[in-house]
Amino acid sequence: MSSLEIATQNETRILSVLVENKPRVLARVSGLFARRGFNIHSLAVAPTDDPERSRMTIVVAGDDATVEQMTKQLNKLINVIKITDLDPEVSVQRELMLVQVKADPSVRAQIIEIAGVFRAQVIDVGTETLIVECTGTPEKLHGLEDLLRPYGVVELVRTGRIAIARGTKAPKLKAVKNKPAAG
Amino acid sequence: MKLTGAQALIKSLEEVGVEVIFGLPGGAILPVYDPILESHIRHILVRHEQGAGHAAEGYAYATGRPGVAMVTSGPGATNIVTPVADAYMDSVPMVVITGQVGTPVIGTDAFQEADVTGITMPITKHNYLLTDPEEIPEAVAEAFHIASTGRPGPVLIDLPKDVSQAETKWYWPDALDLPGYNPTTKGHSRQIKAAAKLILESKKPVIYAGGGVIKGRAADELRSFAELTGAPVVTTLMARGAIPDDHELCLGMPGMHGNYTAITAMQRSDLLITLGARFDDRVTGRVDGFAPEAKIIHADIDPAELSKIRRADVPIVGDLTNVISALSRAVQSEREKKPSPDLGPWWAQLREWQKKYPLAYEGPNGDGLKPQFVVEKLHEVTGGDAILVSGVGQHQMWASQFWRFNSPYSWINSGGLGTMGFAIPAAIGAKVGRPDETVWAIDGDGCFQMTGQELITASISRIPVKIAILNNAYLGMVRQWQELFYDERYSEVALGKDIPDYVGWAESMGCAAFRVDDVDDVIPTIEKAQAIDDQPVVVDFRTDWTEHVYPMIPAGASNDEVILSKAEDPDATEDHVPAEGDTR
Repeated sequence: MSSLEIATQNETRILSVLVENKPRVLARVSGLFARRGFNIHSLAVAPTDDPERSRMTIVVAGDDATVEQMTKQLNKLINVIKITDLDPEVSVQRELMLVQVKADPSVRAQIIEIAGVFRAQVIDVGTETLIVECTGTPEKLHGLEDLLRPYGVVELVRTGRIAIARGTKAPKLKAVKNKPAAG
Repeated sequence: MKLTGAQALIKSLEEVGVEVIFGLPGGAILPVYDPILESHIRHILVRHEQGAGHAAEGYAYATGRPGVAMVTSGPGATNIVTPVADAYMDSVPMVVITGQVGTPVIGTDAFQEADVTGITMPITKHNYLLTDPEEIPEAVAEAFHIASTGRPGPVLIDLPKDVSQAETKWYWPDALDLPGYNPTTKGHSRQIKAAAKLILESKKPVIYAGGGVIKGRAADELRSFAELTGAPVVTTLMARGAIPDDHELCLGMPGMHGNYTAITAMQRSDLLITLGARFDDRVTGRVDGFAPEAKIIHADIDPAELSKIRRADVPIVGDLTNVISALSRAVQSEREKKPSPDLGPWWAQLREWQKKYPLAYEGPNGDGLKPQFVVEKLHEVTGGDAILVSGVGQHQMWASQFWRFNSPYSWINSGGLGTMGFAIPAAIGAKVGRPDETVWAIDGDGCFQMTGQELITASISRIPVKIAILNNAYLGMVRQWQELFYDERYSEVALGKDIPDYVGWAESMGCAAFRVDDVDDVIPTIEKAQAIDDQPVVVDFRTDWTEHVYPMIPAGASNDEVILSKAEDPDATEDHVPAEGDTR
């Protein structure tokens, strides 16, 4: 069973996790998911505008109780600052896909046309293959993938989703500095 | 002021008020052992790193302050992994310093290298791998703060040798920068009020007190709350003594080897007021058969415990001293509006169960001393005026069942992880933390063979602990399971009664030692042991190997299926589950 199929059995949810940008934080997070038996569908991580913070976008699968446990367990990690369970209705999700597809001269034009419909870019042209880059929602990328597959996909890479809340709903960082020293 | 990383570490430990370190030196931690010679911090040299970890735990249990252990890299660090896991499971505040190979060779499989922060990531509340001596004071300050606040737990600092050797400028942080760590201490007022309402609607409430009451130092609050509500209290293995066993509201221990009344009270309850407990499988039995009619109030400092196993109707996150006092106030003010139900019929039922199915055993002699008899006499002779420590297995259950716990913070055992060999080093740590108290460890012969060598530490460092071995010459709990669930096919559980010679072994380690075979010698020998206060004492009690721990709920069974011994049920001729009619 593919991870996608597992993911669709339960609702997928997007956890936007603000963490301290420190060594081993990714290991702490991924290790937690592994040892508690939680499913990760995808995980994307990079520093934020504040270089001391990183943002992890974790797409997970599970019912409400499971996702509640995930969130609570994640919150126990000292380096996790804030978790937002992003509602798909009020957030924007994007994923990047690179596909190398077989494209001999007889079908090259067709593939370029399909890419155009999806507002995807052809970023490399070889004698026998093309590389198509596409950004979008997971559904859009699935759609493109389905259309390219008959031509013969040589390799396909996706980044996993990143997401951001719409409007003013952006997760805020609560200031909790200046706490008393250790007792 | 310039000093080395090692000096900065010791100075930082002094700064946070550390008075004792349990440890064992080695290559990578050598630089740190040098400034210890100038420090007022006492260092106790253990004989195995596991002993350092459990001693630090025992110290933490006894004092409420973080215990500190220090060991070297590689095998030193891996040897302390078990106590770290133990402290994590039982929420024991502890700070562990491990040496590490120098930063230039980390990741090269250097001599005595192990990825200790990687290994301990799942079993620490937090850990650090320091790469710059300047980080040391901040890491120490954070480690003690994290270990001792919120839900307590172990924090590990891995210190590479070149970092402890390098020079740094001394500073002490005046504030901590932990943006992701801010435990909730006060219960939400709306939840407190909702809980008070449920309490005043309940006809069959049970206060389910767990280790959090002890760790949160909330025993006084628990007692006032129980007296205010008149509700019965069960104290889990980790909460024994949270309310005195002799208190009329105390029903004793629930769970796999709990007493019939405590177990059945929870099963029939309409409201479990859960305070610092976590619905452990040893308490609930089969979860879907557990307390089927009960609503759940669940208060805990750790939000992740709420609704983890059993959905809480009223979850409350907070420090238990705050939450329990707030609950008491809320119950008082709700009561002014509306009278609470009469708990008379519930108590009549509870008293009937208590009368009919008390904890009991056939004694004092069988094929050897009855272990329960030994525990009772230990309690009698000491008057209960002792810190009691135990290992893991049958002896632990008998200690929990037959000792009368009448003061909190005086019972130390390994609950969650179930670590055999815990008792002796933990007893040493407890005695160091509270030197004026008598510390008795009740140990099994199997456990004693795992960590008995720490009695050398106790003798040489003049830590006069007292050890009672309930010696049945078996890995008794495993034997009991093989008897009940593996058709009496005893596989690898016999240890031998005369080898080792416990008296000879103990004496060779500098302890006073006695062997007791005869019932008449039990009390006089305990009295002799009580009188010795200048060296450790070991008493080898030869106990009945056929004895079982009862009551018992088989693993995976519902808590309606309590097996009682024939001694515990007046109508029975053999060990059995009382008829359904008795339990309803």
